[in-house]
Amino acid sequence: MQPSNRSSRILLPAKGWFIYLSLFVALGLEYIPTGRTPGVPDWVALVLAVWCIREPLRIGMGTGFVFGLLVDVGLGAALGQHALAYVVLAYLVNGLARRLMWFPPLQQALHVLPMLLASQVLMVVVRMIAGAEFPGWSYFLSSFTSLLLWVPLTYLLLLPQFQPVERDDNRPI
Amino acid sequence: MSLVGHKPPPIFRRGPAPLVRLMLFVSVCLAMLVSDLRFRYLEVFRHAMSVVTYPLQMAAATPADVVRNASVYFATLVEVQRDNAELRRQQLGSGERLLRYELLQQENAHLRKLLEMAQRVQTRSIAADILYNAPDPFARKVILDRGAQQGIEPGLAVVDAGGVIGQVTRVFPVQSEVTLLTDRNQAIPVQVERNGLRGVLFGVGQGRLEMRFVIGSADIQPGDRLVTSGLDGVFVPGLPVATVVSVDREGDAFAGIVCEPLAGVERSMQVLVIGRVDLPPAPPAPAPPVEKKKGKGR
Repeated sequence: MQPSNRSSRILLPAKGWFIYLSLFVALGLEYIPTGRTPGVPDWVALVLAVWCIREPLRIGMGTGFVFGLLVDVGLGAALGQHALAYVVLAYLVNGLARRLMWFPPLQQALHVLPMLLASQVLMVVVRMIAGAEFPGWSYFLSSFTSLLLWVPLTYLLLLPQFQPVERDDNRPI
Repeated sequence: MSLVGHKPPPIFRRGPAPLVRLMLFVSVCLAMLVSDLRFRYLEVFRHAMSVVTYPLQMAAATPADVVRNASVYFATLVEVQRDNAELRRQQLGSGERLLRYELLQQENAHLRKLLEMAQRVQTRSIAADILYNAPDPFARKVILDRGAQQGIEPGLAVVDAGGVIGQVTRVFPVQSEVTLLTDRNQAIPVQVERNGLRGVLFGVGQGRLEMRFVIGSADIQPGDRLVTSGLDGVFVPGLPVATVVSVDREGDAFAGIVCEPLAGVERSMQVLVIGRVDLPPAPPAPAPPVEKKKGKGR
């Protein structure tokens, strides 16, 4: 069989409930009131990007749209603002998923950074057209903290897939 | 052999092409953005969605609560004693002023009755704490710890010891969202305390305010105090709002008036939510045309 990524490990398929649980946990982290502290990562965007790379057939623009709306409602932002950003993010990451799987996590993070920045720029443009004030350059810091979190987060989200359901020493995984 | 009419087997079926789906979702998002930001049509939808998000939000607010409560818990005895002494001193002062105020209020009511003028608007107030800044970095909003259950309604004025800081714009069951005066989309009708000149005060961002639609030759000068006019039927008239910092009479027909809020708009922690007890009857007819004439005369 032709390999589809560089990793020599064969992983179990991700469980549906685990994917959605991780997204809801990210939503909870997103809702933590941090005020105007710069550099708080966009947890939902981050987890969404990880799953868009790992499970491009299951997690994509639809999931991004729904969770974007949930973020909008929870944060009191304009309805559709995060949804738009996440839909575009999911489109970009889904499109590059096959390519990204060939890179180690650190280089994946460098690929994801411009896409996260693009989604933030989109939100700024949409809100500034609607008459809001520019939130300051520190707003874009959150993409860079996301960059730092990419490697540990990818590892954390892949952890349940590393272990087989029942142990069998004669089996490769 | 033609493939037309053959559907792909189910494992290859993936719905519309990604670009088509992207366009679909983007157009739905843009439609939602326009209807929310321009027309405010989606408040009902927002309320329905908040049923899902509310438990999660409550859970997420716990860390912030813990931090806030811990800071109260670890406040030293010396600090509390000093605060207490300060508050006692203030209460003495305000008690004396309250006595005088009640006396004046009675006198005022009596005089108004004599002159057969309408009674001044009755007000009610709810004390509230500011919990935190609203998470949306594009707007200047704060969250209060009082909501619909405590009688907060959208539109009420929020004041601190210095003056108006903003207006309640959204109400949740036990919290409410206040849009500060300095937000770009916030406007408040005011009048100059010295001569009653009316105008509208807008937030311009960066913590500054601007009074617009006042003609260049109007009698207004730096140092004038602006108070709410109450013409909107929402705010209580006479609440202090801002002082004029500079007046620019050059340029076009309107004066460029930069103001500074009197209240600690982005600093205060304890606030009072003030509302009218009942909406007053429609404002007297002659007042609005005067404003209109001013506008046309440019």
